[in-house]
Amino acid sequence: MTHTRRPLLAIALALPLALAACSGGQAGEEAYAPQPDTLQIYSAQHIEVTKAVAAEFTEETGIPTQVRDGQDSSMGHMIVKEGSSSPADVFLTENSPAMTLVEREGLLAPVDATALDQVRDGLAPSSRLWAPIAARSTVLVYNKDLISEQDLPSSMMELADPKWSGKWGAAPGGADFQAIAAGMLAERGESETRAWLQALADNAEVYQNNIATMKAVNAGEVPVGIMYHYYWYRDQAGDRQGSANTALHYFGGEDPGAFVSLSAGGVLASSDMPEEAQRFLEYATGPKGQRALVDSGSMEYAVGTGTNSDPALPSLEELEAPAVEVSSLNSDQVIALMTDVGIL
Amino acid sequence: MSGSSSTRGVVAAATLVAALTLLPVLIALPAALAEGPARAAEYLFRPRIGNLLANTGLLVAVTVPAAVVLGAAAAWLVERTALPGAAWWRTLLLAPLAVPSFVSAYAWVTVAPGLTGFAGSALVTTLAYYPFVFLPVAAQLRALDPADEDAARSLGLSPAAAVMRTVLPRLRPSLSGGALLVALHLLAEYGVLEMMRFPTFTTAIMQQYAVGFSDTSGSLLASVLVGLCLLALLLELLARGRRRVARLGSGTQSRPVPHALGAWTAPAMVLLAALVAGALVVPVASVGRWLAASEGWAGLLDTGLLGATLGTVGLATLGAVAATAAALPGAWLLNRHHSGLTVALERVTFVASSLPGIVVGLGLVTLAVTWAGPLYQTVTLTVLAYAILFVPRAMVSLRSGLAAAPPELSEAARSLGTGGTGTLVRVVLPLMAPSVMTGLVLVALAVSTELTATLLLAPTGTETLALAFWREASQLDYAAAAPYAAVMIALSVPLTLLLRRQILEEK
Repeated sequence: MTHTRRPLLAIALALPLALAACSGGQAGEEAYAPQPDTLQIYSAQHIEVTKAVAAEFTEETGIPTQVRDGQDSSMGHMIVKEGSSSPADVFLTENSPAMTLVEREGLLAPVDATALDQVRDGLAPSSRLWAPIAARSTVLVYNKDLISEQDLPSSMMELADPKWSGKWGAAPGGADFQAIAAGMLAERGESETRAWLQALADNAEVYQNNIATMKAVNAGEVPVGIMYHYYWYRDQAGDRQGSANTALHYFGGEDPGAFVSLSAGGVLASSDMPEEAQRFLEYATGPKGQRALVDSGSMEYAVGTGTNSDPALPSLEELEAPAVEVSSLNSDQVIALMTDVGIL
Repeated sequence: MSGSSSTRGVVAAATLVAALTLLPVLIALPAALAEGPARAAEYLFRPRIGNLLANTGLLVAVTVPAAVVLGAAAAWLVERTALPGAAWWRTLLLAPLAVPSFVSAYAWVTVAPGLTGFAGSALVTTLAYYPFVFLPVAAQLRALDPADEDAARSLGLSPAAAVMRTVLPRLRPSLSGGALLVALHLLAEYGVLEMMRFPTFTTAIMQQYAVGFSDTSGSLLASVLVGLCLLALLLELLARGRRRVARLGSGTQSRPVPHALGAWTAPAMVLLAALVAGALVVPVASVGRWLAASEGWAGLLDTGLLGATLGTVGLATLGAVAATAAALPGAWLLNRHHSGLTVALERVTFVASSLPGIVVGLGLVTLAVTWAGPLYQTVTLTVLAYAILFVPRAMVSLRSGLAAAPPELSEAARSLGTGGTGTLVRVVLPLMAPSVMTGLVLVALAVSTELTATLLLAPTGTETLALAFWREASQLDYAAAAPYAAVMIALSVPLTLLLRRQILEEK
């Protein structure tokens, strides 16, 4: 028996080994090492969006790019650890707090005025050390079968009320939520934010991320949940499996629940291709880059002047977002509060 | 004299390996105390840490015994009883090794969405980890000479008593080694617990790095994890004992007479069938179901899938070789020069493996950017991380391999005039070859499912199946995740077949 099995086994074993041999180049140092004269983009933005924009940028300018995929926090963290020897030329984040982390370490070069001038008024940070490249709005997703529109809270702060106990979901472990809480802190102050976070720790269902929150609401696990708008629109544009039973509620009225978070792009001060890096930000904030963002189907808001976001979305102005100075968003204090109340 | 100088060389090599594996820990500890002991105490003595400790402890307290009992019972049934279709059962019981634990969790979550939290976590980890006990125990049962058991029977002991008195004590190293692997995996497990929404130290550490931006808190949590790991190592040391397992005698070893199961046949089959159904059928069927969705099949033809497959195979091969090579000196010393020092050297290598990949990864990032710039974002550093994380897997199998290769044979070879190298090549290596292969396979399986260290350390552009799967699965896009899960399972099948063959041929 053993002998008849051997050829089969040999083939079964040889297959991965052969693949390994073929992939020698793949796994070898050469294939993956940062290419010289190639713009190194560290991206915590959704990778499909970054790749779409980077590909068009290369086509337009002839400047080759290489994208490293990561997540807001760990990537921001990583750049800080890398310090002045970072291979990165450009850093793109999903939310701005990760960028302000790098900003505070003094690792960013000022963004050229040409890039910032293309962005709508009031969005760029006063430090001018990074540029907004996209925006996403906080929303309340609700299950239409479980709650009627008139029973929805008029402010996100109301969710702290004990009557909402066990009836709302959120994903406090993610960078998205942290940006929302930082917005609340900037606007409502520490004691109100602390009380709200305490209510979240005590009363809310905790999910891994926005999508999990949305699908839990859709499945009826909780009637309402806090998330960003675009996951819902993407699901609606697709098979609607994760959102068919739900609708979105925009708080508006400059409520903390109407917070608009900015995706950010910055140029590393240590970049050895600073001109090309600035050109990339200019492209990303310009009409073509913004068009590529919209066309990628990410359903995020375009932030460039003159570029319309996807027609399915309410306009950025209609959202009545609270006016928050983005560079003042204090993620450290939010973390401290979240730690105090026992979320982290 | 060449003997002692070569021993010194091995000691030096083992010390170097131990020191390397300690590096990430040595980096995490100062970071933990960066803001002073008062802040550390304030952080650690709060209700949230109590909850995490309770959750982690509960999971270990339930899953380790469950995996040990199920794994050992299954091994006993397959190797020592007249179970119908034993050969088939052996394959089926090992097959779950080919299913990454987070793929298993993904399957269970889609089959039973309500099964989250502790119950789901304990179920999935038990089903995913019992092979870590089944494998060494089954191998040991096959390697054990039944002569002692027969002698005990002939002296009037009942079959059960004979097993208790002669077999069970000799299973202690494989039982306790398997239990240790399960415990260490539980401490470092992330994917399953995140998917099951059951917070433990590891998920909390990941969360700290995800939102905290300060690695002080993450490092504090990691320090607690190191403490738990040391506790597990100590317990295993006590549980293992120091009995000699190698057999030395003339003639060939006889095959044990299988115990008749009688009325227990049906319950035994039901138990094994339930294990196989939970650990194998549910994941494979779920992946198949998602693949059958049109998107899934399209995904199989995607070029991204090929890149991810090649990346995975390349890294898994390199990682397996590195970790197994790193484990050799320590395992050899432990077997041939058992002393306080050698035990300490071996134990040290286990510490880093209980840390989540992100802690080891960030430690190495710090290290590389500070002192070893050229290594940064290279395959070399990534493979070093794999070696640090997975050396215990290789160590456990090498240890049992060496235990079955009696030192007297080397001594005999020496006395016949064979030199140190000759003895190694002609006597020791052939005897060890199966356990070396087992070690390679176990590490390769682990590397192919590693997430966070790969993400942090691998060169820009590296894609693996695990990274791609996790990206899709965390968006709850099960259909898009399925092709990556399918290839991960398909790649692991030959490795699992190889493991099975090792057990079959070990006498």
